[in-house]
Amino acid sequence: MPDHHEHLWYDLFSRGARDWLRHNAKIRASVREQLPRLIAEADILSTDANRRVRMPVRFLEHHRFKLSRDQEQSGVGQGKVKPGDTLGSPAPQPGTGEESGGGNDQGGVEFVVEMKVDEIVDWIWEELKLPELEPRASSVLHEEEWAREGWDKRGARARLDRRRTMKEAIKRRAVQPAPAAPFTNDDLRYRQLKKRPKPNTQAVVLFGLDASSSMGERERVLAKTFFFWALQGVRRRYSQLEAVFIGHTVEAWEFSEEEFFQVSGQGGTVASTCYRKALEIIQNRYPPAQYNIYFFYASDGENFQDDHPHAVESLQQLADLANYCGYVEVASPSPMQRYLETSRVFDEAIPDPQQGARFSLTQEEDIWEAIRTFFGVHSQAA
Amino acid sequence: MSYRPLSYQVEIEALAQSYGLDYFPVQFEQVPPSFMMEVAVYGLPVRMPHWSFGVRYIYQLIQHRMGHSHIFEVVIPGNPGHAYLADTNRETENILVTAHVLGHADFSKNNLLFRRVQEQAGYHIVEQAANHAQRITEAIEQHGMEAVERVLDAAFALEQHIDIHQDLRRARYADLPAAPVSAPTADTAGFRDRFAHLPGSAAAPARAPTHAPIPPSPESDLLWFIAHYAPDLEGWERDILLAVREESFYFQPIFACQIMNEGWASYWHARLLREARFLPSELYVDAIKTHSDVVRPYAGEAQVSLQVNPYHLGFCLWEHIIEHHGMAAARRIMATEDDFGFVRNYLDEELARRLGLFQYTTRRRGREATVSDWDLDALKESLLAPKYHFGAPHVEVREMRRDGTLVLQQDHALDKRGLDVESARKVLEYMHSIWRRPVVLYSINGQGKEARIAVGE
Repeated sequence: MPDHHEHLWYDLFSRGARDWLRHNAKIRASVREQLPRLIAEADILSTDANRRVRMPVRFLEHHRFKLSRDQEQSGVGQGKVKPGDTLGSPAPQPGTGEESGGGNDQGGVEFVVEMKVDEIVDWIWEELKLPELEPRASSVLHEEEWAREGWDKRGARARLDRRRTMKEAIKRRAVQPAPAAPFTNDDLRYRQLKKRPKPNTQAVVLFGLDASSSMGERERVLAKTFFFWALQGVRRRYSQLEAVFIGHTVEAWEFSEEEFFQVSGQGGTVASTCYRKALEIIQNRYPPAQYNIYFFYASDGENFQDDHPHAVESLQQLADLANYCGYVEVASPSPMQRYLETSRVFDEAIPDPQQGARFSLTQEEDIWEAIRTFFGVHSQAA
Repeated sequence: MSYRPLSYQVEIEALAQSYGLDYFPVQFEQVPPSFMMEVAVYGLPVRMPHWSFGVRYIYQLIQHRMGHSHIFEVVIPGNPGHAYLADTNRETENILVTAHVLGHADFSKNNLLFRRVQEQAGYHIVEQAANHAQRITEAIEQHGMEAVERVLDAAFALEQHIDIHQDLRRARYADLPAAPVSAPTADTAGFRDRFAHLPGSAAAPARAPTHAPIPPSPESDLLWFIAHYAPDLEGWERDILLAVREESFYFQPIFACQIMNEGWASYWHARLLREARFLPSELYVDAIKTHSDVVRPYAGEAQVSLQVNPYHLGFCLWEHIIEHHGMAAARRIMATEDDFGFVRNYLDEELARRLGLFQYTTRRRGREATVSDWDLDALKESLLAPKYHFGAPHVEVREMRRDGTLVLQQDHALDKRGLDVESARKVLEYMHSIWRRPVVLYSINGQGKEARIAVGE
């Protein structure tokens, strides 16, 4: 029973707001169930900057038994009219207490749920039951660092732990008979250091995109969407993540993120240029000893025949340096038009599924399957 | 804050009593508009949490922000009664509101429907509802939000499906009376005894115990039925169902007497104000203006409305009754009728014509309403139609099968239509989650053919 005399209890607590929050929590849960569909529809990438996704959602309706709607409804009004007059439509009467607002033919009110991309990625990982990415325990990794580990009675003066020493002295004096020495050599405690392999929390994701004229608008959007989620997936694990964007036709260039998806080149496709560019960037800026390296490449699968040996060779080198290489073939829905050259390159260069995989992406809904393929397989390897 | 006496409260109460208003003491509290809004949404100051209230709250909030709703007062019947007044009301508004509240208090002490419920439930719904809310909070702690919400989803969906003609604390169906053991009379005893022990015949097989069918007759108190007969219901789940049912019993008279009750309160605030010689004249004029704002048929400048303002209709009906039949008759009507009797018996042609009431029809998805031919009886029924059966379709339990299957039937002859299948299925899903056995509902479809909806089969 609320006590009216002591507090303005209702100033401190809003029941309406509490139940509204609960409603919203339920909305989020239901959004989560339909997440892949909603995200496929939502314009996620344009909101990349604030890392939030906005999705229109309906109010939940609490259902009751109600009569089916007749062709004709009748009601009673008031005013000066005569039989046969026609009047404007009756104003809807929301929130009149007994009926919850919804339930009209228009389907209730919509509002916008805003969700953090991180939150969505967490859900996806849960939903797809993907294991966490592990930094590679690679032979290349031999960086070590000194780490504090335990205490000893001997050591360098600079590493004397005063607090610890004091505690030891107090303990000793507590058990010794009355005139105990304030400090003895036995009380001294020094911090110890040990060499440990340095955990590698930095990562770089290199995205390669075939920007040749054979890549249409639809293919680009698919690649872009996939890249976005792949990036989020990697970002989930690494606190420091950098992304590199490489576009190529018969030549390869590095782009900024904004430019990257707008790039459109003329002419054919020489994939090895992209792989070489990636190698070059890695060697210059991201020493494999300090970085976990992920490489994702998207193309429609076309590549010059002559380029085949070069592509295989450079991709092999890349795969040796990287934790993982992924290839998405943004294929046309009709199997007739597929070019399989790039897939052959990948199969030849990276036979080990733990080093890389490829996936054929024909529509937005496939993106989840692609994510599952890449991140699922990879993590088993780690 | 709250208990600062309202200006002229003492004088208004004395005046009301001199006119024969008979009510339990009322505690007036002045509260912020945010609180008023919540009382309006929940119907009570503290009530069980449920997400559906959150939706209504947002609608109310939007209405409020757009300036479409101003709630002057909310009255909770009881002994003492509670009246919550917005602390933003002007002084003159509060004079009117005080008188209005006394009219409600008189009504709820004397009207039979209100009396019956309050006698059974006690006169402390505010405290009881707060107590229910507390128990729900404990249940959530103990059993988790999901489990409690499952029960509340079902309970609130069936909120209107109670039978107020039964007692609030209604016992389970009586078992079949044991087969009457007629005392053997002298002359038959000998024969029966010999017949039961005929040589060479085995003992007669014991007759299988006959079970009374459950329910013995169609049952419309769905909340009660589920609470007492659901095969695997836990104790705390039953508590929740019965708590929701108890609150429904409290709300039913408010729903069933809205026109009468609001009309009665409006009549008395107008009457008491008219007779209040102690009010300075400028206050009086102001208060009368507030009265005409509340008790008016149309919103804003409009001259035609497709809704009827219950304050206005009730107010005019009571004036009409008191003019033609006198105050004693009016008090008797107030005590014994609900809106059905009130409208059917006392809305006569003269008044209905004078008020400009008319009936209209709208086509499905139509944007326009067409005024129908004037027919008083049809008009009354159309006015009352949304109020039948607590505003809900008639759905009854017909049978509980041996395997626990619950068989429901909509009385479509009474409702004149079938159920909306989609929402009915959702409600059956709520029910199934606590009934835990199949739930089947028979209704009719748009073509008048039998429609069967089943969940959990």
